[in-house]
Order: sequence, then C-alpha cells, then structure tokens
Amino acid sequence: MIYVVIGFLWISLLIYLLMGGADFGAGILELFTSKTNKSHIRKISYQAIGPIWEANHMWLIIAVVILFVGFPVVYTTVSVYLHIPLVIMLMGIIARGTAFSFRNYDAVKDRMQWVYNRIYVYSSFITPLFLGVIAGSAVSRKVDTVAGSFLSAYVYDWFNWFSFSVGFFTVALCGFLAAIFLIGEVKDDESKRRYKRKAVQMNAAMLIWAGMIFGSSLADGIPLLKWLLGNIISLLTIISAAIALVFLWIAILKDQVISMRFLAGFMVTMLLIAVTYSHYPNILLLKNGTELSLLHHKAPDKTIDSLGIALLIGSLFILPALFYLIYSFGKKDQQEAV
Amino acid sequence: MDNFIAARSQMALSLGFHIIFSCIGMVMPFFMAVAHFMWLRTGNENYKNVTKAWSKGVAIFFATGAVSGTVLSFELGLLWPEFMKNAGPIFGMPFSLEGTAFFIEAIALGFFLYGWTRFNRWFHWFTGVVVGVSGIISGILVVAANSWMNSPAGFDYINGKYTNIDPIKAMFNTGWFSQSLHMTIAAFAATGFAVAGIHALMIIRKQNVGFHTVAFRITAIFAVVAAILQPLSGDISAKFVAKNQPAKLAAMEAHFKTEHYSPLIIGGIPDVENHKVNYAIELPGMLSLMVNDKFDSEVVGLDKIPLKDQPPVAVTHYAFQLMVALGMAMLGISLLYLIALFKWKQWLSQTWFLKIFVLATPLGFLAVEAGWTVTEVGRQPWIIQGVMRTADAVTPMPGIVYSFYLFTAVYFSLAIAVTFLLSRQIKMVPEIYDHQPLTLKAS
Repeated sequence: MIYVVIGFLWISLLIYLLMGGADFGAGILELFTSKTNKSHIRKISYQAIGPIWEANHMWLIIAVVILFVGFPVVYTTVSVYLHIPLVIMLMGIIARGTAFSFRNYDAVKDRMQWVYNRIYVYSSFITPLFLGVIAGSAVSRKVDTVAGSFLSAYVYDWFNWFSFSVGFFTVALCGFLAAIFLIGEVKDDESKRRYKRKAVQMNAAMLIWAGMIFGSSLADGIPLLKWLLGNIISLLTIISAAIALVFLWIAILKDQVISMRFLAGFMVTMLLIAVTYSHYPNILLLKNGTELSLLHHKAPDKTIDSLGIALLIGSLFILPALFYLIYSFGKKDQQEAV
Repeated sequence: MDNFIAARSQMALSLGFHIIFSCIGMVMPFFMAVAHFMWLRTGNENYKNVTKAWSKGVAIFFATGAVSGTVLSFELGLLWPEFMKNAGPIFGMPFSLEGTAFFIEAIALGFFLYGWTRFNRWFHWFTGVVVGVSGIISGILVVAANSWMNSPAGFDYINGKYTNIDPIKAMFNTGWFSQSLHMTIAAFAATGFAVAGIHALMIIRKQNVGFHTVAFRITAIFAVVAAILQPLSGDISAKFVAKNQPAKLAAMEAHFKTEHYSPLIIGGIPDVENHKVNYAIELPGMLSLMVNDKFDSEVVGLDKIPLKDQPPVAVTHYAFQLMVALGMAMLGISLLYLIALFKWKQWLSQTWFLKIFVLATPLGFLAVEAGWTVTEVGRQPWIIQGVMRTADAVTPMPGIVYSFYLFTAVYFSLAIAVTFLLSRQIKMVPEIYDHQPLTLKAS
C-alpha cells in the first residue's frame, strides 16, 4: 500500500505541475506581454481555464494531505526549515486565487480590474517561483536541521543560487506549458503566431535557467550530473525529454495541437521522473548528510493502508468527474468555434 | 508578543477567517438549489435571477474559502510541527477523505458556474446540489478532525510514544457527531440570517422588491429551522463536554466549586482570584440538571482541576455566554417568523418585521466565532486534550510575530475586498438581474 500512496503523491505533483503549471503560466504570459495582448490572454485564459480553475489547485492540497498524514516527519521538517519560502508561496496562492475570482466576478468592471490584474500577474510569477525554490532546497543539502543561528537554520536553506535557479526554471516551464496550451485554444493565425513566439521565449528562458541550475550545482558541490546521468532510468528519461522537445517543435511548426499537448506533457513527465527517480526513495536531503526517505520516514502501516484506500476510493469519484468536466467544456468550445 | 502567543493568534485569526467563508460556501449552494428548483418548476424569472446573483457571490466566497483552507493545511505544519509530526498519522483520515469531497465540490462548481447554457437543465441543477452536499461532507470531516483534539481516540500514549494507531477509530472519536452536528446547523443559521438580513434591508429600501422578497423567503426559512434546532444540538454538545472535558465546561460556566445542585450561571464577571462570579444570575441546580439530567448530581468545578490544566476562564465564559445569548435571540426571531408564517402573513412584508431581520444579520456569525472561541480556548492548555500541551507543539522558529502581522494585514485586506465586491453585487442587481422593479419602485 505504501507504493500506492507514493504513486498518488507523485501523480498529484505531476498533474499539479502540468495543469496548475499551465494556469500559472497563463498569468506569467500575461505579465510578459505587451499591453494590447494582455486583454486577449485574459479573455482566452478565462474561457479555457475558468471551469477547471479550482480543480487545478486541488492537486496541491492532495499532495500536502498525503505528506502530513503519510509522511509527517517530511512534512514537519519542510514546514519548520522552509517556513519563509512557504509563507511567501502561500501569500502568492491567496493573492492569485482571490484576484482571479474577483476580476471575473466583480459586478462592476471599472478601474479595480487594473488592481486585480496586477495582483494576479505578479502572484502568478511568485507562486511557482517559490514552489520551485522549495523543491530545489529539498534536494540541495542546504536544509540545516542542527544549525546554530537563525540565518543558517531558516534562511540559507533556500536563499541560494541553486534553489532560485530551480525556481526560475519552474516559472519558465509554466510559461512554456501555457503558451503550448494556448496555441491550441486560439483560432486565428495572428494569435497562433503570438503564442508560438511566447513558446520560443519561454523555451529559451528554460534553457538559460537549466544552465544556471547546472552552474550553481557545480559551484555548490551538488552532484546534479551524477543524479541525472548516473542511473539508467534518469538517463533514459532525460534523453526522452530532449527528443520529445525536438518533436514538440516540429509539431508546433506543423500546427498539430494534439501532438503538441501530448509531447509537452510527455516531456514534463520525463523530467519529473528523471529528477525524482535519482533520489528515490529519499525526498529530503539534509545538510548533515542524512536523508528523509518515503520508505523509512512513513506513518505506521495502518495509517498508510487507510490513506491508500481513501485515495483509491477518492480517485474513483474524482477522475471520472474531472475527465467529464474537461471533456464537456473542451467539446463544447469546439462546437462553438464551428 | 512572544512566539507562542503569536502562533496561537495567527492560528485563531486564520481559522476565524476561514470559518466564515467555509460556512457560506457550504450553505449557499442549498439556497441556490432551492431557488434554482423553483425557477425550473415555475419559470418565474425572479428565481432564476436570484440563483444567478447568488452564484456570483458563491464563486467569490468559494475562491476565498479555498485559498484560506489551503493556507490552513500548511499552517498546521508551519505553526505546530510537533503536533503534526505525532498527530498527522492519527487524525489524518478525515483530511484524506476531505480532499476527495473538496475536489468533487470544486469540479461540481466548475460545472455549475460555467454550465448555464451547456447542459441539460436538471443535470445543471444537480451539479449545484453536489456542490452543497460535498461541501457539507467536507465540513463534517474537518470538524471530526478537530473533535479528535477534544476527545482523542485511536491510539495508545505510552512513555511519550504514540502506538497502536487506528485512524478509523480516531475519526469516529466520541465527539465527532455532536460537534459536527452543532457546526453544520450553526453554518445554516449563520449564513441564513446573514443573507436574509441583507435582502430584508433591500426590501425596506424598496429596491427590486420582487427579487429580494424571493431571496429573503428562501434564506429565512433555512435560518429559522436551523435556529430552532440549534439549542437541541447545543444540549448534546454540552453533555459531551461535561463528560469529556470537565475543565472546559467549568470554564464555560465559570463554575469554580464542585458541588451537588450546581447552579447555572448566566452572565456575570468571573473573579478568578477569589473563585467567584460577580453580578451573575444563578439558577440553582440547573447546571446539574442540564448536564446529568438530575438536580442533585455533582458537577466538577475548577477547584478539582490543577491550575496548570485550567483554560483561561474569563474568555471561555464570556464567549460561551455570548454564544448562548445570540442563539436565544435567533431562536426568538425564528419563533416570531413561524407565527408570521402561520398566523399573520402580513407581517412578512411589514417594515418592523423586516427590520428585526436586518438587525439580526451579523448574529449568526458572531455566534459561530464565539462558539469556536469556546471550543478552542476552552481546550487550552492542551492541543490534544490530556496528551499534548499546545506550548509543546509550537514551531522552534523565532519571529512568528511578523508572520502574524503579515497574515493579519492580508486577511484584513481580503475581508475589505470581499465586502466591497459584495456591496457592488447588490448595487448592480437592478441593472443585471431585475429591470421591472423600477415600476414597482414608482408604485
């Protein structure tokens, strides 16, 4: 049953990265675009993301609940030592969730819209940035559980180049996913060109920040190359991700919406396998040389069993409903376009 | 402000904020479902407009409740890591089920809000009902987790270790039923009175009378039924507290001396140093009767409880008195409403009658906040009753006070923003939903 629970944790993270990522990305694109395009992105992202907006963010809650019920030591260690980036991320979540709904449901559309939009785009940037920072810090061996000073216990854990490089990479990835998604949502050539240009920019940013991640890992003595190339699974998945990216660009040039989305999803899945498999079953690498492991730092068996069953039963309800939601709004959109 | 007090204040603030939004998110879908049903059945446009107007409000409240709930799931660890390290695996079961319920709620809300023209009318109506039902289930599960802190179960605590963990037993702890029942009814009463009050005000102001009358009648009946049932559930809750948390009961009642024929103390100012309550009304034997169904039974007072295990008496007592007083006020208004409904129908549209409902707008939510103060402050100094002290659970990170200031500022701004948005919704009713009342206004 522990593997069921770990599987659900991993899948929630993946879906959050893909679906949540794409909708963070919509906000990021809105931030990095000209004034005239802003309202276009706003409209299209409301239509495309609106119905599944709340559901996208449930995946984070599922992941957190799995952590605190099934892996309480991991959850509390992260909560204590990465307190500050977590609070910043939470502020982002509050600001983003409320601004999105305020701007769509304010009965009067006046200058307040400008305020909601500002809040929405900046929090769309900050939230994935700090999600990435937290993920980077978890494996950077900087989390210092025996530190003597405030700074080394609660600040330097995450305030470093490696963590922020992972953070900015995450932001660029979200923007990239959103651009790919939106290419398929628009009908006219000019809009398509616009989002293709965005995809190029975000892809370039991803490569730059990937370079920064490698650079900072070398400087900090983080054996990133060994993780990614030192075992066959990670090696294969990295290669697959690279190949998928090539095909993805072919699909973008040929304007094949389905393959584009599939390949983008495949690429992210491969990347996530590569980075998680190289540490598995460890999830938190600490400065003192020890690790927190999903297999050793888990809750008692009875808890894991009931958690696994709850998740299995839950997915029987959630997945069909969610698929039907996505399917019916996707289908209806096409009909309307025709 | 020291770290511990800052952490407690931040938690209280976050829960106090979240509880309002979750109550509204839980109950409004039922109001909508009734209005929506009436529209589908009668074709009366007022019902449709009311449903649509409410659904906008629900979207705003749901989004705010969802983010404040997400924040809480992190705050448990950010503020109380020692507690979560040990308690997570024990009382986590309802949270893992709640994840599903909340997810379904979010999906159903997507269908409901965006599906007005896209689905079969009755399927669309049904998705609205699903929003409400899964909301109620979420609420019950979360309260069941909280009641575990009051009546811990499903584990053995031996030499500082938590063993023999049984998450199912923990979920069905002795308090889950009484506490969830009390909270669910409270949510209906609070939301009902709040929404009814706003619509009553608009009727008095003669704005869109048809629209607001429909809205007022639907919400008032929910509020009235809930307020009449609540004292009964309160009695169940009080008996539970007396049995499981005598210190909490003693603090609620400011009951200092263990005795037979214990009096029920109403109001008053507790004098903790001299173990007495000044200026209170005492009903001899009534506390014994309420708790044990016998006048002569003994009720444990604070004198039997070591000082270090006592909750803050004054706060708990005042909060409890306030909650009961507000509950009684709502009960009285509800009985009046029933009289109007069955005997003097004309009252329902008379200004004096509507004014009472306007005045009652905040009563339910004040009672909810007071009730949560009773249950949370009354449990102190324990975070897990009798097992772990709150002070031992707090994060080692210093400077929580700054985090408290930050959260205060954020929640305060959000409260202002939501109020602002709501007032704009109401202001826009004539333009968006209801054009006819202009003539009504003239007449």
